[in-house]
Amino acid sequence: MSRLLRDRRAAFGGSVLLIVLICAALAPVVTNGDPLSQHDIVATRFVAPLSSDPHGVFHPLGTDRFGRDVWTRLVYGARISMGIGLLAVLVSLVMGVVIGALAGYWRGPVSLALLGLTDFALAVPRVVLLLLLAALWQPSTLLVIAVLGLTGWMGIARLVHGEVRSLAARPFVEGAVALGARRLRVLARHILPNALTPVIVAAALGVGNAISLEAGLSYLGLGVQPPTPSWGNMIQSGRDTLVNAPWVATAPGVALVLVVIACTLLGDALRDVLDPRTRQS
Amino acid sequence: MGDARFSDVLSRLGHRLLAGIAVVLGVVTLTFLLLHLAPGDPIVIMLGPSATEAQVAAQRHTLQLDRPVPAQFASWLGRFVRGDWGTSITKGRPVRAILSDAWPATVRLVLLSLILSYLVGLLVGVVQAARSGTRTDTALSIFTVTLFAVPGYWLGLMLVLVFTYWTQVLPAFGAAGLDADYLRGGSWLLDRLRHLILPLTALTLIGIGGAARFVRGAMLETLTQPFITTARAKGLTTRRVVGLHALRNALTPVVILLGLSLPALFSGAVFIEAVFAWPGVGRVLVEAVQARDYPVVMAATAISAALVVAGNMLADILAAWVDPRVRQSA
Repeated sequence: MSRLLRDRRAAFGGSVLLIVLICAALAPVVTNGDPLSQHDIVATRFVAPLSSDPHGVFHPLGTDRFGRDVWTRLVYGARISMGIGLLAVLVSLVMGVVIGALAGYWRGPVSLALLGLTDFALAVPRVVLLLLLAALWQPSTLLVIAVLGLTGWMGIARLVHGEVRSLAARPFVEGAVALGARRLRVLARHILPNALTPVIVAAALGVGNAISLEAGLSYLGLGVQPPTPSWGNMIQSGRDTLVNAPWVATAPGVALVLVVIACTLLGDALRDVLDPRTRQS
Repeated sequence: MGDARFSDVLSRLGHRLLAGIAVVLGVVTLTFLLLHLAPGDPIVIMLGPSATEAQVAAQRHTLQLDRPVPAQFASWLGRFVRGDWGTSITKGRPVRAILSDAWPATVRLVLLSLILSYLVGLLVGVVQAARSGTRTDTALSIFTVTLFAVPGYWLGLMLVLVFTYWTQVLPAFGAAGLDADYLRGGSWLLDRLRHLILPLTALTLIGIGGAARFVRGAMLETLTQPFITTARAKGLTTRRVVGLHALRNALTPVVILLGLSLPALFSGAVFIEAVFAWPGVGRVLVEAVQARDYPVVMAATAISAALVVAGNMLADILAAWVDPRVRQSA
């Protein structure tokens, strides 16, 4: 842990994520009002960043074409975007760990079937599947989480499978089996805790990826539906006013890039710290 | 000896080909099921809200959408394999014509950006590995991790903002200008190139991040191996050790990634095409999915799955080509 704190990448990534999460959690405190509120559209639309509208309300990041405060929407959007990213990765994580562990520990037809399924799912172009799922059903936040989760578990399953398979042959596992522990117990208590290192790294990278993909789907109009703010649909609505008000699309994009960088750096740092092989070198 | 190895390679390729066909078949089946499970009726979309029930039923019968799903799938598959890809429900054009107009644009964009991003990515990654731990390495790392994190469509929008709206030097939409039909020779080519620059730049920049990060990792791993120490001990210059000995050995994982990144690039192209109104397969697919245009969705999905599978196979072949060890472990 102290190694992790001393790593500059982890420090940067961790603080960015912490700040974003705190802002999202305290959204009503750090913003002035409702992300959906629009009053007096004509007077308050397209207010430039760092200036006040005719009613004297200050807008740090300006307003959009409906006079909605971009900073407020950005912070409330963080709730949606971060929430989707974290929950989607949780879904992938559970699926990946269960499938990978089962395939790695029980050999035979079950393992072969699960591995085949994983390989197949890996070969399916993810965006095509995302488009199909998101376009064919009524777009909603829950659907986006499910879709991102269901298309993101394969890498984790592969990692867990490899780890479990190599761990299952180790003496300490044989010892546990020799002591009469049931197979499921051996898997859950002895093998999985040792197999989770690469999974944590993959999860950190996955959160960034999921947030980015959510924004992509929302950008195509297939994700979180307006007026609920998400960083993706904010970028999308900013696209139409790119000439008049470039800040509307820029602000959520910068936030998105920062969060994805933070996740990537945190993942890189975690990998270096947790992997004994790179620690020695 | 040589013949035996050749037949090994052939049989392995044969296996991969069969597996690849199985994957494409699986994707197509899945797509078909999803299309039919999903709510939303293409006939209603096609005929509009004022159509009577009788008209809807008649149209459904004409398009054979009233038959059982397995029968529809079997007949679609049969016709698809024979080259009859049907007619677009919304556009009324043959699907083959729509896709044969679209795929060269996508392939042009994806291949060019694949080559460019790997050339630049290799260079950046090798420089970083050679100067590992220095300021140059840190600065380039910040650069590559940023590119890696930027969503393509947003980068595209920002490029449009700067180069189309503010400085007005480059066009942002489509693959050719409105006057393209009247242009000849040099000005035709110039028009095409100018339209290509922004989408290609966006797709290439996001590709560079991933490529450079991966090359750096592969190079650093190679540089810790004993034969590099030997090469250094022999008194070879760093440039020679890194550029010749290490690079050659780090190329295998890079080449494998090259094939594997084809699907990712294709995915990226879907968003880039949406931003720049680039007339490629991605845009056709997005439009078709939104309009429930079954025949177009099916064919576009089959094509993209085939592209992905082909990319993976190409990676295998290339890996065997650059690395004799892979060849022999068949």
